[in-house]
Amino acid sequence: MNLAWWLYLSALLFAIGATTVLVRRNAIIVFMGVELMLNATNLAFVTFSRMQGTIDGQVIALFVMLVAAAEVVVGLAIIMTIFRTRRSASVDDVNLLKY
Amino acid sequence: MSGGEAVLFWVLAPVMVLAALGLVFAKKAVHAALCMAVVMVSLGAVYFAEQAPFLGGVQVFVYTGAVMMLFVFVLMLVGVDSSDSLIETIKGQRLAATLFGLGTVALLLSVLSHVTYGEPKGLTEVNDAPDSGNLGALAVRIFGGYVWAFEVTGALLITAALGAMVLAHRERLVPRPGQRELSVRRIRDGAIKAPLPAPGVFARHNAVDTPALLPDGTPSELSVSRVLVARGQSLSATDRAGEIRTIDAELRSPLGDTVPGLNGAAVGDGAPAEAEDEHA
Repeated sequence: MNLAWWLYLSALLFAIGATTVLVRRNAIIVFMGVELMLNATNLAFVTFSRMQGTIDGQVIALFVMLVAAAEVVVGLAIIMTIFRTRRSASVDDVNLLKY
Repeated sequence: MSGGEAVLFWVLAPVMVLAALGLVFAKKAVHAALCMAVVMVSLGAVYFAEQAPFLGGVQVFVYTGAVMMLFVFVLMLVGVDSSDSLIETIKGQRLAATLFGLGTVALLLSVLSHVTYGEPKGLTEVNDAPDSGNLGALAVRIFGGYVWAFEVTGALLITAALGAMVLAHRERLVPRPGQRELSVRRIRDGAIKAPLPAPGVFARHNAVDTPALLPDGTPSELSVSRVLVARGQSLSATDRAGEIRTIDAELRSPLGDTVPGLNGAAVGDGAPAEAEDEHA
């Protein structure tokens, strides 16, 4: 058993997150899928950092967390605004940009 | 990877994958949020095992503490029971998305399994350095080589906070209605002026999920909280009506005539004796 197992787990979590984003309609769950993908990449970063023996991977993972926190705040505010005007949190109902 | 870490992996990895799959399959958004919280706490534990104690702590604080709390808070505002529509707007999208997911797994795993990693160096040297440790080494990098990126993320966080405030702000277009305007509107709208009827209290039921009876004997839908009705936890008024009819018929039957005090005649010496006969 070697460190690559953590990378396999990370790949699996990333794919599940991507599938969530594509399959689900509830905007909040779609958002959670994005968060899962970010977390999976963080796991890969931390594992790579350990493989290489340098701490840079952990620094990058910290920055990813930071950006993810900012993204969650703005994203959830957008979902709230759309819900207020349309009474719906489904991504199917937000298609007016098409026309 | 030491033996303890292998045990941790084989315990946590299935839990994490199952919880992540819960995100895809959970019907209710709250269940998906709980699954996500499980994944994030497990990841925090994994970081501790992966020689990243600071990141493990931050993961638990930031993700399970702040981000998931925010998600649950928005779920509370949007409606806990908001669930997905099952209609496909794009034909075959679910199938295509599932195939895409499986393809991604196959691609990533095949690539990862063909890589030669070399001997993992480990972070023991960095983490056990006498003058810095894990946190000190991180700080040297963040405030050294990555200081510009760090400053930019500070600007990003401020912008995000401002943006969220702007998005959440609502300008009032009309003046706020006072008590007088509200009461005038209530009378004009023809709403019920008196308090709503209280739930029914019967011989067999005295719970808030039982509808009250109106003077003419019909059950009143207004007397049961609409939350209970929406959840399907209320005894329906029609069921009650049927039961009332049964009781009514029993009262009118010959046996019912002997019930003491009902028609005034039976309150005498005969009634208790008859009741004893029934028990025997």
